[in-house]
Amino acid sequence: MEKIRERAATLLAEGVVTLVLGYEEGTKRPRPLFCRNSESARKLIFDSRCIHNLAVYLTKKELVGKDRFAVIAPIATLRSIMQLYVENQLSEDKLLVLTVDPSGELRELVTFEDIAGYVEQFELKRGEREQEILSKIDEMSREERWKFWMEEMSHCFKCYACRSACPLCYCSKCVVEVNRPQWINPWPAPLANMEWHINRAMHMVGRCTACGACGDACPVGIPIDLITRKMMEDMAPEFGYIPGQPAKKGNALSTWKLDDREQFIR
Amino acid sequence: METKYISQSGIEQWFNAIITSGKRVYAPVNSRGQIDFKLVKNLNEVSSEYIQTTQSIKASVYPKAEVLFSYEKVNGKVNLTDFDPESVPETVMWKVHPCDAAGFKPLSAIFNWDGADKLHNAHLAKTSLVSFSCASADESCFCTSVNGSPGNTAGSDIQLTMLPDGGAIAEILTSRGGELAALLPSVFEADKGVKKEKYLVDLPARFSLEEVNTKLSKAFNSTVWKEQSERCIGCGACAFVCPTCACFDIQEDVHGSKGRRIRCWDACGFAMFTLHTSGHNPREHQSQRWRQRILHKFSYMPERLGVVGCTGCGRCSRACPVDMNILEHITSIAQQ
Repeated sequence: MEKIRERAATLLAEGVVTLVLGYEEGTKRPRPLFCRNSESARKLIFDSRCIHNLAVYLTKKELVGKDRFAVIAPIATLRSIMQLYVENQLSEDKLLVLTVDPSGELRELVTFEDIAGYVEQFELKRGEREQEILSKIDEMSREERWKFWMEEMSHCFKCYACRSACPLCYCSKCVVEVNRPQWINPWPAPLANMEWHINRAMHMVGRCTACGACGDACPVGIPIDLITRKMMEDMAPEFGYIPGQPAKKGNALSTWKLDDREQFIR
Repeated sequence: METKYISQSGIEQWFNAIITSGKRVYAPVNSRGQIDFKLVKNLNEVSSEYIQTTQSIKASVYPKAEVLFSYEKVNGKVNLTDFDPESVPETVMWKVHPCDAAGFKPLSAIFNWDGADKLHNAHLAKTSLVSFSCASADESCFCTSVNGSPGNTAGSDIQLTMLPDGGAIAEILTSRGGELAALLPSVFEADKGVKKEKYLVDLPARFSLEEVNTKLSKAFNSTVWKEQSERCIGCGACAFVCPTCACFDIQEDVHGSKGRRIRCWDACGFAMFTLHTSGHNPREHQSQRWRQRILHKFSYMPERLGVVGCTGCGRCSRACPVDMNILEHITSIAQQ
């Protein structure tokens, strides 16, 4: 932790970066911190409780500015950064990544190749919570699944915390806000909520890196991250890549190829 | 105003009498790991161990989405069907906290500031509040800093203060509360002279509203908004769980020659909220939207409507995905 503080302070003091995006102690758990001077770098912390996906801020120009900035990134954030790079949303010369590897060493990843090489070492696995709920859902019949999700979605009040917390929801105008034509009914109601969440899921397939930020952000406790995670798990073997893992530019559902197997079309 | 004693079994009998009367009763229920107000039929469905429900009782008088009117064009003639106040059922909100009951005043002040809001007032007229004073609080609670208290009776029709014997001190506060008690008058026994203060949580005030107001009156151009809001991701979680946030959007649900006009929850924290059709957005950045949220609650509402737009329930702080803690932020403004 001390090493991260020192390095962040040096980067800021030497003017290598103008911003270090990291974590500080919050009122309940660690929260995002924007360090703009070496003084505030003293507040930085980094441990296993630091789970906010800070990649969500990287596409907000009014926050990160024009200059080079650093971000302290656990593995889930690194996957999002890779996916943002794949989608041409980040440039190498603006970003510096700080992370701590499993042996506790501070690592500085400068190029996307560096990040890719680093990310590759970590397998994307379901956590206990994901395993528990997803295996229950897997055992359900199609009708039971629909009932389960309709019940969950009935609690949604469309605060869009799921969208706001997602690093890959960077569109300046979201499909739910397009009103000519109005694709999705914008008011909160069970079916209108389902319309939103189905649309969100469809826009995430091949892109979602299963960081879990959307589910974590949901104030009414809908395990919304499991939809996109499951779709990612279904998509990955078909298209031969896992979003956020080193991949060629382009996404499963937005890149058409002659040799696409299209086995999912039934 | 009348103070009575009601025994543990008396509470259950009275609750059942309310159910039998045909009124809808909403109470905090623990389901899916969340405690929220749900339609209940039995007292044993009601959650006992919790500090705060995730959502406020706002939806009882300001539904998430409500039809203002519907219309149909038949042979060139338009038939309008207006909102019918009589369609609102009698509702009892059971076991609300004083900070929730206190939320109806600011909410109504907004809905009635330049004209009576038919829908909101129809719900208000049919909604009774049975509040339970607070014996516990957590680090997000700050009602005592915003004119409230764990035993505040403002907005409640009846307030119960639970006693160690399972019974409660029952304060019958309004004529509507009297009508509720009259559903089973026999269980309301003579006051035992017990002071309720002894059974309330001690929650020291964290800031002075006057001080906050003075600071805010000069803070419009302060850098504090940018500093505080950097991590805000611009979702509407805080606004939607808030007992007093009243921003709404009007939407049209059209199907061929008929349709409905719907009022639904919105939030001043959304970038779209102030976006003009020209493309100009007077609150372009999140810092401006955060400023609006705080100034509206703690400056504009006290000045224009004579009521603070915050009851200190702490829900926004608990719901925020990035720990935008309103108590921390307001305290820091007060200390600047």
